[in-house]
Amino acid sequence: MHRAVGSDDGTGVVTAPAKPVIEIEKLNLVFQTPDAPVHALSDVDLTVNAGDFVSFIGPSGCGKTTLMRVIADLETPTGGHISVNGMTPREAREQRAYGYVFQAPALYPWRTVRKNVMLPLEIMGLDKAEQERRARDNLALVNLEGFEKKFPWQLSGGMQQRVSIARALSVEPDLLLMDEPFGALDEITRDHLNEQLLRLWDQTGKTVIFVTHSIPESVFLSSKIVVMSPRPGKIMDVIDCDLPRDRKLDIRETPEFLAIAHRVREGLRAGHSYDD
Amino acid sequence: MRGIPMMTEAVLPASSGGGWSRLYQGKTIPVLTVLLFLCAIWYAGAVYLNSSVLISGYERNNVEWDAGRLVSDAWAMERPILPAPHQIAEEINKTVFQKKITSKRSLVYHAWVTTSATLLGFAFGALLGIMLAVGIVHVQTLDRSLMPWVIASQTIPILAIAPMIIVVLGNMGLTGTIPKSIISMYLCFFPITIGMVKGLRSPDVLQLDLMRTYSASTAQVFWKLRVPASVPFLFASLKVAIAISLVGAIVGELPTGAVAGIGARLLAGSYYGQTIQIWSALIVASVLGMLLVFLVSVIERLVMKKMGYGT
Ligand SMILES: Nc1ncnc2c1ncn2[C@@H]1O[C@H](COP(=O)(O)OP(=O)(O)OP(=O)(O)O)[C@@H](O)[C@H]1O
Ligand SMILES: [Mg+2]
Repeated sequence: MHRAVGSDDGTGVVTAPAKPVIEIEKLNLVFQTPDAPVHALSDVDLTVNAGDFVSFIGPSGCGKTTLMRVIADLETPTGGHISVNGMTPREAREQRAYGYVFQAPALYPWRTVRKNVMLPLEIMGLDKAEQERRARDNLALVNLEGFEKKFPWQLSGGMQQRVSIARALSVEPDLLLMDEPFGALDEITRDHLNEQLLRLWDQTGKTVIFVTHSIPESVFLSSKIVVMSPRPGKIMDVIDCDLPRDRKLDIRETPEFLAIAHRVREGLRAGHSYDD
Repeated sequence: MRGIPMMTEAVLPASSGGGWSRLYQGKTIPVLTVLLFLCAIWYAGAVYLNSSVLISGYERNNVEWDAGRLVSDAWAMERPILPAPHQIAEEINKTVFQKKITSKRSLVYHAWVTTSATLLGFAFGALLGIMLAVGIVHVQTLDRSLMPWVIASQTIPILAIAPMIIVVLGNMGLTGTIPKSIISMYLCFFPITIGMVKGLRSPDVLQLDLMRTYSASTAQVFWKLRVPASVPFLFASLKVAIAISLVGAIVGELPTGAVAGIGARLLAGSYYGQTIQIWSALIVASVLGMLLVFLVSVIERLVMKKMGYGT
């Protein structure tokens, strides 16, 4: 079955047929490990259109990170087909088609916060003034003004993760891959960054692929929610989340929101049932 | 010789402090206690080792002697088996502080001759070591073809190969500092290669994946990731290497019959049975070694601080 994740969400913003950014068909990935092969992804079908905000949710080890890494050409599938922007993932990576926020901050300890954010910009060969402008703007976006000269070890885990978000945003990619970016943050900071990310998505029309373990977060942010289940990792359900694009935090108490959250929870339960 | 305890300390990249801060961390008293203890053993050892020569001398000349005389004589011989610490101190004072440093009898002059060969050899060794490491890390065939040779080079005893190096280079018209520094380089490039290979390979999968998502070139990965990541490893191996480099320069002076340098002093001392001279040259060599290692750790601390590697 082919699951199309469109973005004609009734707001009338998208009139032309949505352009697919990511097309995945019958994707399989088996890791060869010393003891037994691990079937990390099994027959995954998914289409992500331009401007979508797609969340992956599912129990630990269900292959969320692996799927993201396949899209980013950090992992090679053992079967099936995948295209990114109509190209192979490798070609897309070579054109710097995406920004990737890893599950861990992955900052370079010998670079200050500012220099860490500037790393991709140096590699892209942007001029110095532009590098500095983007570093400043994106650090401000994640509320880290005044920490530019600090080294990573002088920051808390949550602050480090925010630096890595600023670093990915500074590339200004059309496609953002975010692997549990807000996992290490406190509730209030998380709410704030959720709103910021939503605003950024709404205003720039970026395509975002987002991994989370939080049901409310996935419902609040997404236009589509992909529920996954483990052993072997596969897609259980794709849930449309047609709340208005410019949602506010208090939408989380509305019946529409809770209904979608309920469906996500049901999907997660179904995935777990044969497991326990 | 000395250098071994320094090696174990220097191998740890994270070893912080040392030098002056160690003085302030209340280690002065324990260190002095150990020093006093060693001195006491040394004085006792001097009596024990020198007594048989003295006693046979007394008996030959029918001299009346008692324990007091034996002890004071044992600590004041001209060519003792083991000189007493104060004799060495006197000799060092005489040859380091009382002589003009340009004089051929000044230990400072000899130390400088050895130091210049050490530093040159160290610079060559660092260059060779780093270049080998870069090749080994980036070219897979070099990893397999070069590494065994690098390791084999260290199994050949330097004392066997040093005279040959000197003869060959002498034939090519190279004498003096250069052959000594080549021997020095031969000894000291090895820890640098090993440390640098480890350092250049130290970035973890995540740090490398990050570069991949930016589709960075090999050169960019090298300069922006591998090189900075290798700096702590480089300094750990440089501290070992500079101590070894000094040993290399001294060894290089032995087979040449060199007239200047710490090695020359050691050789001349043993030739004429001047044990006091040998011991003072040894002490000066170890102080020199400590100074060189200290110098490298000062530079290390400055660089590491600049690179934000904590404190
Ligand atoms: N490099 C690898 N080699 C072998 N097995 C791997 C590798 N990477 C992942 N796996 C396996 O693939 C499965 C999926 O892993 P993945 O990291 O994608 O899970 P995840 O959904 O991101 O989990 P989490 O929520 O804990 O981050 C797991 O069973 C994991 O053990
Ligand atoms: Mg994961």
